[in-house]
Amino acid sequence: MDLRDGPDEAAFRAALRTWLEANVPAGLRGFRGWTGLALALGREWSERLAQAGYAGLTWPKEYGGAGRPWRYQALYLEELARAEAPQHLGVIGLGMAGPTIIAHGRPDQKARYLAKILSAEEIWCQGFSEPSSGSDLASVRTRVDVVGDRFVVNGQKVWSSYAHIAEQCILLGRSAAAAEPHDGLTYLIVDMKSPGVEVRPLRQITGEAEFNEIFFTDVAVPKENLLGEVGGGWRVAMTTLSHERGTFGFALAGALDVAVRRLVALARERAGNDPLVRDRVAREWIDLQALRYTNYRSLARLERTGAPGPEGSVAKLRWSEANQRLTKLAIEIIGQEAQVAEGDAASGYWRYQQLRSRGNTIEAGTSEILRNIIAERVLGLPRSR
Amino acid sequence: MDFSFSPEQEQLRAQARSFLEKRFPAARVAELATSDEGWDRASWPEIARLGWIGASIPEAQGGAGLTFVEEAIVFEELGRALYAGPYFSTVALALPALGCAADLLARVAAGALTATLASHDPGRRSAAASASAKAVEARRVGDRWLLRGEKDLVPDAGCVDAFVVQARGPEGVGLYFAERREGRPRASVLDTVDATRRLGRVTFEDDEARLLAAPPSAAEIVARTRRRALAALALEAVGIASRALAFAVEHAKTREQFGRPIGAYQAVSHKLADTYVETELARSLAYWAAWCIAEGEGETDLAASAAKAYAAEAAVAACERSIQVHGGMGFTWEHPLHRYYKRALWIESFDRSAAAHRAEVARTLLGG
Repeated sequence: MDLRDGPDEAAFRAALRTWLEANVPAGLRGFRGWTGLALALGREWSERLAQAGYAGLTWPKEYGGAGRPWRYQALYLEELARAEAPQHLGVIGLGMAGPTIIAHGRPDQKARYLAKILSAEEIWCQGFSEPSSGSDLASVRTRVDVVGDRFVVNGQKVWSSYAHIAEQCILLGRSAAAAEPHDGLTYLIVDMKSPGVEVRPLRQITGEAEFNEIFFTDVAVPKENLLGEVGGGWRVAMTTLSHERGTFGFALAGALDVAVRRLVALARERAGNDPLVRDRVAREWIDLQALRYTNYRSLARLERTGAPGPEGSVAKLRWSEANQRLTKLAIEIIGQEAQVAEGDAASGYWRYQQLRSRGNTIEAGTSEILRNIIAERVLGLPRSR
Repeated sequence: MDFSFSPEQEQLRAQARSFLEKRFPAARVAELATSDEGWDRASWPEIARLGWIGASIPEAQGGAGLTFVEEAIVFEELGRALYAGPYFSTVALALPALGCAADLLARVAAGALTATLASHDPGRRSAAASASAKAVEARRVGDRWLLRGEKDLVPDAGCVDAFVVQARGPEGVGLYFAERREGRPRASVLDTVDATRRLGRVTFEDDEARLLAAPPSAAEIVARTRRRALAALALEAVGIASRALAFAVEHAKTREQFGRPIGAYQAVSHKLADTYVETELARSLAYWAAWCIAEGEGETDLAASAAKAYAAEAAVAACERSIQVHGGMGFTWEHPLHRYYKRALWIESFDRSAAAHRAEVARTLLGG
C-alpha cells in the first residue's frame, strides 16, 4: 500500500501539469461543458492532446495508444480536473467505441477507425437509448434489417451526446424477434453522414443543448460495419458499457474536486460562521475524499484483474448525488440572487451547475438501475423483476 | 500508487477472519457479553502468539516491527467479530505512551500486559458519579510519583492490568503509568450499553505511578494517541458495518413474504445497496487514515477525523437498516445484531459525535 506517486508516475504528472499550463486555450479554461465557444475549440484541443500523447493512454501501442497501465489514465484525469481543462472531445470514441472495436472488431475495422478516434478527426456518439428503451436496454426497437449486401436501419435514438457533431455512431438495434430479449440484437457502426440520418438537438433543463435525438430512416449501412455477429449485439454492447465504468470514477471525482474547491471558496466568502453550512461543506469534502480513495481501491483491482468490476457503479451513484447536494448548497448560500441572470459570475456558474446536476442521477445509468446492479451483482440478492 | 494490501497483509486478514470466526461465534460473544468478566482472558496470549498485539512494536522489544496498516487489518477483523477484549485499549489507546518505556513495550508484545488510557475527567451530570470526584493530580514524593483523583468513562477499565493516566503534575499535564496491584487503583465497571466494551471509573488514592512523558512531549503523544484511536475505531466500524450488512443480505435472500424472498423488493434491496456503498466509502476513508498514520503523512489529523466521522455514522446506519430488514427478529435480544448496533453507538460516542469531527474538518477548510 502506497498512496504516493512512484517515480514514473510523478514524472508523468509533472510533465502533464507543465504541458497543461502551456497548452490549455484561454477559451477552455474553467471549462463547464461542450457548448458555445468551447465546442468550436474542441477538435483542435483534442488533436493537441493526441499529438502530445495523452489520447488513448491505456490503448495498446499497436493501435496508436500509449499502452500504459490504468493508473496513468487516472493521473491524467486528476490533472485535467486540477487545471479545470476539458477532456478530449471524443470521449465516446476513446472510452467506449474504441475499446469495443479493439475487443470485437476485425483488423480492417481497427485500421479504419482507431487512429481517427485518437486524433479527433472523427467524433463518435452512442445510439443505445430510445424513447421507450431507457434502463431496459434490451428492449430497443430500432430495426436492423439485412437487405441484400447491406443492413438497413430504421428507428429513433435519444439522449445522444455529441450526435450533432459526430461522424460515427455505435448503434444497437433489433435484427430478429427473439424469445430472450438479449438475443436478436445487432451492433453496427453507422456513418452519421449517411442519407436518412437526421439529428435534432434536445434542449435540456439548463436551456442548452448537449444531447440529441437521432432519427434513422431507411439508412443503408455496409455489411463491413457490423461489430460482432448478427444477433450477437448484446455481448458487444456489454463491452461498451463496462468500459464506460473503467476509470470513469476518476473523471467524476475530478469534476467533484473542482466543484468542492469552488464550494469551499464560496462558503469562505459568503457563509460566515453559519454552523449548518459549515457542517454541510465538511460533509461534501469528506464524501469527496471517500470517493477519491474508493477510486484508488477500484484502480488497484482493475490493474490486477484487467476488468472493471460492478463496484464501479458506486462512484457514479455517489458522485451524482453528491453533485446534486453540493450545487444545491451553493445556490442556497448565494440566496435569491442565484435566481436571476444578472447575478455575478459565481451566481451564474452555480445556477447552471445546479440545474445540470439533475441529469447526473439519470444519465449513464439511473441511480435506481445502479442500486439494482449493486444489489444483484455485488450483494447477490434475487432479481427484482 | 497502489491502494491495496500486500499478499502478506491479505494473509493476516484471512488468518484473523478464520481464527475469530472459530473462536468467537455469535453464541460465544453473547455469553461473554453477559458474563461478569466481560471477556475471554485466555484469548489474549493466543492473539499475542498470532502476532497481533506486537504488530507495530519494534523487533528489539519482541514485536513484529510492522506498521499501523497491519494493525488496521486486525482492528477491522476484531470489529467484524465483535471481539470483547482490551485490544483497542491496549494497542490504540495505551501503546503510544507505553512507547516511552522499552520494558513495558516488551511486556505488551509478549501478551503479558494489557492497558488502557484514563483521560476523561469526572464531571458528569449524574447522581451516580461522586460529587466530590476530582481530576487526577500527580505529585512527587522522593523518587516516586503518587496519583490522586478520579478518571471517568475509561474503556475496559475492569479488565486491564494497567492504566496510562493523563494527570496534572507540577509542570503541567503528563502521562503516567499505573499498574493495578491488589485492587489498587480502584476500578468500578459501569453498566455500559455495549457490554463487550465496558466503561469504568478509576479512583486513585495516592497510588504509585511511573512518569512516562512529561508535559511538552506528553501533549504530542496525546495527539498521536487520538489519531490512532479515531482511525482504529473507523476500522472497527467498517468491520461492524460489513457484518451487519452480511446479516441483512443473508436474511433478505432467505426470508420469503408474498411468495418471494424479501431481497427481491427494491424497498429492501436498495437500502442494502446504500449500506454497501456507505460501507465501502467508509472503508476507503479508514484505509486512507491508516496509511497516513503508518507513514506519518501531514494529512493525518484530517484523515482520522473524516474517517471516524463517516465510518461511525455508516456503521450505525448499517445496523439500523439491518435491524429494520430483519423485522421483529432484528429487535430481539436473541439475535446478535443488537450487540453490533451497541458497539457502533459506542464508537460514535467516543471522542464526540460525527458533527463535532466535521466541525474540525470545516475549521481546516473554512478557517474560523
